[in-house]
Amino acid sequence: MLANIFSRLLQGLLVLFVLFTVTFFLIKALPGGPFKSTERAIPEHIRAKIEAYYGLDKPTAVQYVIQLKNYIINQDLGTSLRLEGRQVSEIIGQAFPVSCMLGVVAMMVAIVIGIPLGVIAAWKKNSWMDYSAMAVAMIGICIPSFVVGPVLADQFGRRMSLLPAMGWDATHPTSWILPSITLGLATAAYLSRLTRAGMLDILNQDFTRTARAKGVDSFRLLVRHCLRGGLIPAVAFIGPAFAAIISGSVVIESIFAMPGLGLHFIKAIQVGDAPVILGIVLLYGLLIITANFITDLLGMWLNPRLRGNR
Amino acid sequence: MSAVTAEKNNSLWSDARHRLMRNRAALISLIVLTVIIFCCLVLPLLGFLHDPNAQALPDKNLAPSGAHWFGTDNLGRDIFARVVYGGRISIAVGLITTLVSVTIGVCYGAISGYVSGRTDAIMMRIVDILYALPFLIIVILLGKTIEPATAKLTDTVVGWFTSADASVESINATRAWIEPITTLVPLFVAIGALSWLTVSRIVRAQVQGVAKQEFVEAARSLGLGNFRILFRHILPNTLGPIIVYTTLTIPSVMLFEATLSFLGMGVKPPYASWGNLINEGANLMLSNIWLLFFPTLLFSATLFALNFLGDGLRDALDPRSAKD
Repeated sequence: MLANIFSRLLQGLLVLFVLFTVTFFLIKALPGGPFKSTERAIPEHIRAKIEAYYGLDKPTAVQYVIQLKNYIINQDLGTSLRLEGRQVSEIIGQAFPVSCMLGVVAMMVAIVIGIPLGVIAAWKKNSWMDYSAMAVAMIGICIPSFVVGPVLADQFGRRMSLLPAMGWDATHPTSWILPSITLGLATAAYLSRLTRAGMLDILNQDFTRTARAKGVDSFRLLVRHCLRGGLIPAVAFIGPAFAAIISGSVVIESIFAMPGLGLHFIKAIQVGDAPVILGIVLLYGLLIITANFITDLLGMWLNPRLRGNR
Repeated sequence: MSAVTAEKNNSLWSDARHRLMRNRAALISLIVLTVIIFCCLVLPLLGFLHDPNAQALPDKNLAPSGAHWFGTDNLGRDIFARVVYGGRISIAVGLITTLVSVTIGVCYGAISGYVSGRTDAIMMRIVDILYALPFLIIVILLGKTIEPATAKLTDTVVGWFTSADASVESINATRAWIEPITTLVPLFVAIGALSWLTVSRIVRAQVQGVAKQEFVEAARSLGLGNFRILFRHILPNTLGPIIVYTTLTIPSVMLFEATLSFLGMGVKPPYASWGNLINEGANLMLSNIWLLFFPTLLFSATLFALNFLGDGLRDALDPRSAKD
């Protein structure tokens, strides 16, 4: 068990290193760059000086080593090339709470909608409840978030003036509702399908029939005997689901004009702001690795068969 | 009927076809899909569609009518024509990417499952590592990185198809059909090359199961090589799950393309794909709701159909997983 956890941590570090390397060289291959804008041409000798200041004149391999050293030894993410004088850590520090909050609330939406829907669908298999739950799930999968988002914002924000149609205010939970529902919906749909499949699997097993024959009442049977095993596929999906939500938040943030990481990322990519891109990508990677790790631990807790091997 | 043909009628494939035909949702999906694909492929060839990129400002923001079936957008372009042409791009992108991703995934998973042991462990660990990468983020970065290369590619290919003394109009006409292809194909081949992970896991598990069976032992004792055993004898037995998963990969890739186009990283205006048509529609939905409605309708109908068809195929081809 401990060895298992240790090897997962090592693997996480390896992933971060791979991610760092891939992202670094992709950024180096980006066309243009913040100081090569065609709109506001900078004289050649001044650009050379600016690039020298940021260390961009050195060979790529040297820059790679310096960057890696700054990350690991100095724990310094560097300064933004676009927003003059701002530290990457400062930008991330401001944007991360927004994205994190959005992600967590959306994940809660997904779990609160998805898992009960799946359990009900499996419990009332082949009834109208099953069919309507699965139809709702299919709608959640097939209608993209960038349609759901604007339509919800228009209906509840502009026409009915119930909720803010845009923006994000940490102190006003009403502004969280539309973005997190939009973001969580597709994940809720996947979760409900997985939960249904997992529950059906358990409900068809012999021990369930035995318990039923012994007169355990339905609700108790469902909660005490079946839920734990039936949720295994859904729980295994929570890691990837979190990854999907993290990526999806880029879209949601641009729909609802939220000052989160995704918005910074898109802007940074457009102008080639390398330190910001690198910092945000690594943070996303770190989040996904952590989510996967927690998922593994949860899976081991739910499913004793996973504890021994590997 | 003799016993032999009765036996034949109960083969895996005829059984599967029978089960699929009895699944009403899958059957309807198949019909819807055929109609949509047929429309997108054939209608532009018949020549009665409006030019999808021709602007006519006096006719802007019209509601659906006899002349413009789906209405017109804010520049007076015919929405029906744009949806049809956009569908071509979206469907083509879905198919190309899926082809690349399934090909890589099948080969990788098959080899990993067949060799087993240490190589297998290392190969699957690589898959684990790739799984933890923030995929959309990497692809956005990648898309931006290869932009100049695709621009160069476009110029080169346009050069092949035009003569030196061609007029500007004819060059632009050539460019109009080449540019969407040359800008998209490299990006989506790259996406396909990054999204084979799940396929490889599924195929690996299947191959491991089949490789233990006696007929593989028999093939080996006949002196067949590993390559031949794997690709001629084992893989055909895993075709069911591969087909199912292929069907389910297409909609997820199409959704991915739409997301990229929505963020302005996929198909570039003036060319249309369902993704950026939906994006335009979402921006302008306050002035003209049809602009959002029709592309979304077609797009979601296609995704619905592909998903239901995939589910139906799974029930039909893989009876063990269809427990209910």
